[in-house]
Amino acid sequence: MVELTLPKNSTVKIGKTWPKPAGGTKLTEFKVYRWNPDDGKNPQIDTYFVDRDDCGPMVLDGLIYIKNKIDPSLTFRRSCREGICGSCAMNIGGLNTLACTKGMDEVKGAVKIYPLPHMPVVKDLIPDLTNFYAQHRSIEPWLKTVSPTPQTEWRQSHEDRTKLDGLYECILCASCSTSCPSYWWNGDRYLGPAVLLQAYRWLIDSRDEATGERLDNLEDPFRLYRCHTIMNCANTCPKGLNPAKAIAEIKKMMIERRL
Amino acid sequence: MSTQSKAGNGVERPLSPHLFIYAPSWTMVMSVVHRGTGAALYFGTLLLAAWLIAAASGPVAYDWAMWAFGSWIGRLVLFGYTWALVCHLIGGIRFLIWDMIIGFGEERRLLALGTWVLSGVFTILIWVVGYMVK
Repeated sequence: MVELTLPKNSTVKIGKTWPKPAGGTKLTEFKVYRWNPDDGKNPQIDTYFVDRDDCGPMVLDGLIYIKNKIDPSLTFRRSCREGICGSCAMNIGGLNTLACTKGMDEVKGAVKIYPLPHMPVVKDLIPDLTNFYAQHRSIEPWLKTVSPTPQTEWRQSHEDRTKLDGLYECILCASCSTSCPSYWWNGDRYLGPAVLLQAYRWLIDSRDEATGERLDNLEDPFRLYRCHTIMNCANTCPKGLNPAKAIAEIKKMMIERRL
Repeated sequence: MSTQSKAGNGVERPLSPHLFIYAPSWTMVMSVVHRGTGAALYFGTLLLAAWLIAAASGPVAYDWAMWAFGSWIGRLVLFGYTWALVCHLIGGIRFLIWDMIIGFGEERRLLALGTWVLSGVFTILIWVVGYMVK
């Protein structure tokens, strides 16, 4: 349902400004969303200053600097630091992206950081992705076949393999789904761009033999058709993929199978 | 996600900020405008119905309606209605193009911006032509 404003317990207050690091000459201001389930307070924005001469160039480096040198209670997910695990997806400067591949100097002014939008917050920059993963499970993201399993691998022509380009690279960071206003208002029933891109990845795979069944599962006013081609997904994807196009391809498949 | 989960200690988890922290893009703005103009067209159709009813009710009612529509504020409303109609029409064509899997690259921004610009141009053209043939 469309609710433009935040619930009472979610409105964001102005938080603490932490002291500037001593001796730093090149400082970058970070404004970071904080929420702690244990203190009973509303979320707040804390201000930190990162010493750029003592820190790597990426936003994730800045967050790690804050955690190591200023405030060890700052909580966020990170792992690979090279844009392949998808853990550090967050809203930076108004756009969802990976903190590890976003340079601090790509952001104008203070670096404003929020958790992925319109999600329940576990703590600070960590959203609860339970629903997102359950939706991914619901499209059965694995090869489904009825033919006898071959002695060797399931073969695929080079041409058919290229159809998976622009799809297989998705790392399920949830940046696109949580950028989508349709997903904000109907995330309980609309599958969202990431999961639909994954759905298309299996629909278009020449080795998969459950295409009809997969389309049946998506033929629903909410699951697929809540996509209104707003394109925030394509604008925000840190891997440069285009979920909106994948969804349009699914809609086209729906029409084609009726003809 | 509309239902909020609870933390281990039973505290209701907050919902992370969304609309008001998200950076607007042309494709998003024009999607909102398409919704808005679509809703405005319902009211525009009421204006059209009112004009037809007035015309069917006789010369007094018709003169009154023409006075209302011809007034300064009436013309402004009709100008807005024209724009809403043109913008929604061009927006519809844009979505049709996207439904044909065309224009998903960087040109998507241009398509959205083009809807904005073209709707203004066509609206002014329609009114210029309208006044010329009057």
